[in-house]
Amino acid sequence: MKKFIEKIIQGLFTVSGFVTSIAILLIVLFLFTEGMGLFKNKLVEDGYQLVVNKQNDVSSLSAEQIKDIFDGEITNWNEIGGRNQEIILFRLNDISNYFTDEELGSELEFVPEKISELIAQHPEMIGFIPQQYIDNAFKGKVLEAGKIGFSDIFLGKEWIPTATPVSFYGILPLVTGTLWVSLVAILLALPFGLAAAIYLAEMANHKMRNILKPLIELLSGIPSVVYGFFGLIVIVPLVQKLFHLPVGETGLTGSIVLAIMALPTIITVSEDAMRNCPRSMREASLALGGSKWQTIYKIVIPYSISGITSAVVLGIGRAVGETMAVLMVTGNSAVIATSILQPLRTIPATIAAELGEAPDGGVHYQALFLLGIILFVITQIINSSVEYVSAKNKI
Amino acid sequence: MNITLKKRRSQHLAFGIVSLLTYSIVAILIIILAFIIIRGIGVINWEFLSTAPTDGMTGGGIFPAIVGTCYLILGSAAFAFPVGIMSGIYMNEYAPKGKLVRFIRMMTNNLSGIPSIVFGLFGMALFVNKLSFGDSILAGSLTLALLSLPLVIRTTEEALKAIPYSFREGSYALGATKLQTIRRVTLPMALPNITTGLILAVGRVSGETAPILFTCAAYFLPQLPSGVLDQCMALPYHLYVLATSGTNMELQRPIAYGTALVLIMIVLLVNITATVVRRYFANKVKMN
Repeated sequence: MKKFIEKIIQGLFTVSGFVTSIAILLIVLFLFTEGMGLFKNKLVEDGYQLVVNKQNDVSSLSAEQIKDIFDGEITNWNEIGGRNQEIILFRLNDISNYFTDEELGSELEFVPEKISELIAQHPEMIGFIPQQYIDNAFKGKVLEAGKIGFSDIFLGKEWIPTATPVSFYGILPLVTGTLWVSLVAILLALPFGLAAAIYLAEMANHKMRNILKPLIELLSGIPSVVYGFFGLIVIVPLVQKLFHLPVGETGLTGSIVLAIMALPTIITVSEDAMRNCPRSMREASLALGGSKWQTIYKIVIPYSISGITSAVVLGIGRAVGETMAVLMVTGNSAVIATSILQPLRTIPATIAAELGEAPDGGVHYQALFLLGIILFVITQIINSSVEYVSAKNKI
Repeated sequence: MNITLKKRRSQHLAFGIVSLLTYSIVAILIIILAFIIIRGIGVINWEFLSTAPTDGMTGGGIFPAIVGTCYLILGSAAFAFPVGIMSGIYMNEYAPKGKLVRFIRMMTNNLSGIPSIVFGLFGMALFVNKLSFGDSILAGSLTLALLSLPLVIRTTEEALKAIPYSFREGSYALGATKLQTIRRVTLPMALPNITTGLILAVGRVSGETAPILFTCAAYFLPQLPSGVLDQCMALPYHLYVLATSGTNMELQRPIAYGTALVLIMIVLLVNITATVVRRYFANKVKMN
């Protein structure tokens, strides 16, 4: 009996041992099932179709063309390979311009028929109408709607998830935003972090270490919303004043906040690396007449360079994934930023800001899960590379 | 002589810069803490901590948010602590050393590297939608538990590793089984260090916003949650709401400072407790 219980408990231990592996597996599974559905969607909003007159030569349109037509940027069919005719737009609520209420019927039962008539009468018209109005008797031509392709997502320069008739899910603005903010953050944090690591590993006495270590731990324990709040109240006005900007919510503001948040990671990892430098190497350098500083930068830092690299990479990982603080201070404008002093938007901030409004299972929802996949893949690559480097060094 | 002088000068300069940069980090930390403490301390009183928000978030206190955060801490602890500790025990005591342990450790590290917003996405997909818990304390707690698991596992494993093997051998020599040894010898000895990890996990859970954004957190609730399938308010999300949206920013600011200070105090408390536990244990070991 006792042995039996012991076996059961041992089984429990074993199952628990694999809980993180199972969690990662589930995360991958769910992110991919929700996110990869994105590529099955059509360019045009779900449940709607674009229709034209049967005589129209144009049979398919790209996402950009559709957007330009409905934004009034393209006004003539000859611009997109059709005849020289002015484009007339037709959306469902335009119907009252063409027909009276009586013609449409008291229950609106004649609407599909009337739309069909309208399209047949106007060779220059393009209509954006619900799928259900198109039946066998429809007298117009349904434009072929392409599916959302990899290039629309990964090379797309616009992120406009709630536009009609076509939404844009190009991730380039978000990727550049994320890169800007995290790289600048690391550049800002690196001198401070490295200095603190040198100080802790080489210069500080026992007492000083006992004060500094808990302080750095405290720095890493402060919740990211509190950093975001501090950034919003203090750093945003500061950046605005220093650079004479119309708004203080810029990439740089996010970078400063992220730099502070990435410090503990950089300090701890690189300090550990420096401490691993063998005493004999230091002593050899000192015995040859090297000063303490010469020993640090000619022996200790080169010796621990791979550890310092890991620290930087982990710091970038932390910065890339940080959500709340960045969401609160970077201004959240989804355009490709050409300068760090512009408002911009990162991948995690986009997910946090938009998922609440995206209907479950919709195209927008799937697009946000795809962003989640990208974020997951980036951080996993970062982690694995750090692990690979440190495993190699140990051998 | 000249070289020595030059060497000494450059060393002075370098050490000066290094110290300056290090102290400026301390200065930044002190500025952040002082800023929030000074502006928040005037707001905090018993009424602030024990009443619900009123007048569209511009008055009243933060009681429901404190309660919500407590529920989330308890909920995530109920899942993450036992599973995490058992996982740590398996890794250090049962699993065959070598590739398997390295694989599990790698997975644990990878899990801890996943951004918190991705946990939020996953929690929403699995707990809220697939298992249809809805936005609830249960879904939020489970999501937060996953996030704090690596911390619990790692500290447990390290605490167990620190115990000399001779203690286990002594126990086996007296005829104890493996489980008895773990229960009576290994685990009690590792407990203080494990506790430190658990306290830090609580600190982490109490401050996270992104994972509960879509799994649990409510903007405002007139009454306290009555069960695990209810939504709840939470301190970090409440601060986010107060800082970024709302009807009257001017009137919300003091409340936001107060909320930030409560969060900071939780972090301070957690860190101090963890340090005290660790020091106490270190002294005890020395005495032995």
